[in-house]
Amino acid sequence: MARVQAQVLSTAQESGVVAEKIRDGIDLEVNGERFRHTGDPQMPLLWYLRDVLRLTGTKYGGEAGENGADLVLVDGKAVSAITQPLAKLAGKAVTTVEGLAANDGSLHPLQQAFIDEDAIGCGYCTPGWLIAGVDLLRRKPQPDDGDIDQLPNLCRCGCQTRVRRAIKRAAAGKVARA
Amino acid sequence: MSGHGIRLSRRRFLQVLAGGAGALVVGIRVADAADAPLPPAMLGDNLYDLGAYVRIDASGSVLIGARDPDTGSGVATALPRIIADELDADWNRVGVVALGLGVENDNGKPRWTYGHQVGGVGGSIPAAWNDLRQIGAVARWLLLQAAARRLGVPASRLRCEAGTVIAPDGRRFGYGSLAADAGKIALPSSVPPLKNAAAYRLIGQSAGDVDARAIVTGTALYAIDHYYGDALVAVLTHCPWPDGTLARIDTTDTLAVKGVLKVVQLKPEPGQPLGSTVIAPAVAVLAENTWAALQGRAKLQLEWKPGASSGENSATLEQQATTLLAGDALPTSRVRNDGDVDAAGKKAARRLDATYVQPWLAHATAEPMNCLVRLDKDRASLVVPTQAPQKAWAVVQRLTGLAPDRIDIRVPRVGGGYGRRLDHDYVAEAVLLAKAVNKPVRLLWTRGEDFGHDYYRAGSVHRISAIVDRKRQLLAWHQRMASASALARRGTPDERLWTSELQADQLPAALVPNYRSDWYALESAQPRGPMRGMPHLSNAFAVESFIDELAHQMREDPLKTRLRILGEPRALPLSSGGTLDTGRLVNVLKLVADRIEWKNWLRTINGLGIACWHVDGAYVAHAIEAAMQGEQLTIQRVVCAVDVGRVINPLGLQGLVAGATLDALSIALNAAITVKDGQVQQHSYKDYPLASMAQLPNDVEVITVPGDRAPVGASFLAMPTAAPALANAVFRASAVRVRRLPLMKELLRLL
Repeated sequence: MARVQAQVLSTAQESGVVAEKIRDGIDLEVNGERFRHTGDPQMPLLWYLRDVLRLTGTKYGGEAGENGADLVLVDGKAVSAITQPLAKLAGKAVTTVEGLAANDGSLHPLQQAFIDEDAIGCGYCTPGWLIAGVDLLRRKPQPDDGDIDQLPNLCRCGCQTRVRRAIKRAAAGKVARA
Repeated sequence: MSGHGIRLSRRRFLQVLAGGAGALVVGIRVADAADAPLPPAMLGDNLYDLGAYVRIDASGSVLIGARDPDTGSGVATALPRIIADELDADWNRVGVVALGLGVENDNGKPRWTYGHQVGGVGGSIPAAWNDLRQIGAVARWLLLQAAARRLGVPASRLRCEAGTVIAPDGRRFGYGSLAADAGKIALPSSVPPLKNAAAYRLIGQSAGDVDARAIVTGTALYAIDHYYGDALVAVLTHCPWPDGTLARIDTTDTLAVKGVLKVVQLKPEPGQPLGSTVIAPAVAVLAENTWAALQGRAKLQLEWKPGASSGENSATLEQQATTLLAGDALPTSRVRNDGDVDAAGKKAARRLDATYVQPWLAHATAEPMNCLVRLDKDRASLVVPTQAPQKAWAVVQRLTGLAPDRIDIRVPRVGGGYGRRLDHDYVAEAVLLAKAVNKPVRLLWTRGEDFGHDYYRAGSVHRISAIVDRKRQLLAWHQRMASASALARRGTPDERLWTSELQADQLPAALVPNYRSDWYALESAQPRGPMRGMPHLSNAFAVESFIDELAHQMREDPLKTRLRILGEPRALPLSSGGTLDTGRLVNVLKLVADRIEWKNWLRTINGLGIACWHVDGAYVAHAIEAAMQGEQLTIQRVVCAVDVGRVINPLGLQGLVAGATLDALSIALNAAITVKDGQVQQHSYKDYPLASMAQLPNDVEVITVPGDRAPVGASFLAMPTAAPALANAVFRASAVRVRRLPLMKELLRLL
């Protein structure tokens, strides 16, 4: 974390200890917090989120992110986190499922709609559905069935019909509470 | 501490465990442990070692343990609600915690603290109905006694409501204020009477998933989300042939990857049944993080040598099956033989034969196989995504030799099971690796390994012949099925291998005077194992498609044909010991027919299809409306009716039924595993395409039949009839009879 390192530096100078130089790295923002990645620039975002930041809401789906479980928003657009090397993300803002709710804990309307519709099977791929749904609602606040049909996610629990209802509920503003 | 406990079974007693910090904790203890000092965990202060089912603390919060793994079946919600109802708890103040494995040491043998601990196979609710209600009833009784003493009135004059005891004069006492006193009261000599149905407040009412908020905020932790600080990440590459061997390995480039620490070879242990040891020879790369491990694996230079199975091909296997069923060979097992099929054949008015071919299937769980394990000198600690923690325990115990209670297995919510997680090869791999590197290990299967190395559902060929008399009565039915048994190489005797492939009681058995069912064994080197809906999935497709064909040949409405076969409402004894209630089956059939407006069956341009089935005392029917425009198939409407007896959580059941319907449609439309030269050809979702949102119906209309019989599991109940109802609808819409799955490929071939 860039900010923290800067603080460490100033303390170290005062005490006369030779400080470690601030390492070069890739600066990015995740859920509103700034981070600096100093490891392999080719590391995919998915493993950075999960192994380094321990933000485990974004799930591993497959080598190419084929089932949508690893979707995140990069500058607002849904992308598969395993396909994004950190090198591509310098200066970008990433939002994961953990970042969908407001800072005060109030849920995104789509999160609440998922609860209202019980749009959950095993729940493993739910974060991916949420990200895809948030992306869709951003592009098209009143999506029709044809728009919802385009979601890339796969699910063996069969939560698709309930996800469809949840997206429509969120679009209609009919969530239990904001 | 009080009383001796209430006997639940020979070994298991229900007890008040402790009143730690003014809490009432009711749980299970086993006989010999009753006098032992209570371990701190049993005080209920450590949530993950609850050791109990119910904990009520002084603030009135109620914590209920869920013993069966929740793979998406909703048991983490339904089971605690069964307890909470009997307790008259306020559901808004109930928290649920996954109990994980409960095991104690019985002279070196395991004793299962919680009894039933299996998820996703339909047994959770029936088992809970038998014993978990008692937990709630005892806790409620103790709270009532505590209130009675405080008030000086008999307990019989008090009543409970939503977490409070209410006195005759209207005074209310929250459970929290009674918990400490209740913990000091001696248990009754037997379980207090359970509620009658009229008093249910939660059972039969809808509740959303208890983990919903954690899931939508990304904070629900699955096994794959667990870490030990110093654990190494292990990724594997398995031999493409299950019986192959490693001919050459060069790890130079792999070990040069920053963060990679070790490369370890794994082999199936000889003599161990499938599912309890490594699935195929494998090479594991262990590294400091997942990315390093994956890069290291990509740089492995390996040469695998094929084994004897390298000649195996799906097409050849199917050909063998077809030849077997066409010839005069005796079956491996004659599963059922009522009346005289051969004699009936001689007075045939109409005879119909048809053959159905169904593919191999993979489990495709959302959360891939993974396991976190830490081995200390005298303890093993694991986090395992399993459906059967007791079976996982057996694998760990065999590999570590630890005493039963020195093995700690946590089971968080599981990202799909479908039968795959009744096997524990991945647990064996993780333990073997942790032993090899002397460090905790976090094993992760990548998607390609998951598809390519599964305990598949074997493909099958069904050949059905039926004889109908002049009055359209079904006189004789002869089903012949060929498949590679899921029980092979698992210690099952040969004469029982058929039991994973079909049931002696499946439709239309018991409804036809002359009925014969034969099973022919096929051999395959590919591992097979339990699969959600098996054996009903394949058999219902063949049988319910065939009945439609029969109706068509008789120029009759297929609903009418089915109703005639089912006949008057009656209870028919089944060979499994249960009964087939034809009235309940007819009821679900009529419910879906009414809802989809079956009266339009003949006239509508779209096709209407219907199918019904029974599974262990539960009944299901589907009606589907499908439209064909050129090569475009659209599933317009899907209606499903289920009768499972008493419904615990209607919302949960509806979700489960809709979900199982979509799963079955998805599989039927697209899914197939194929083998070429002994190797599985599918390695990703691209090769094994689950249905997209666009291919699936926009809605599944679910009808749940209310009932007061003891509840029956519904885990996969809605799977078997979806595909035949779809194929029957497609036939009406396109005049093309699909006798081979996956449906889309065959339909496009035939159009």
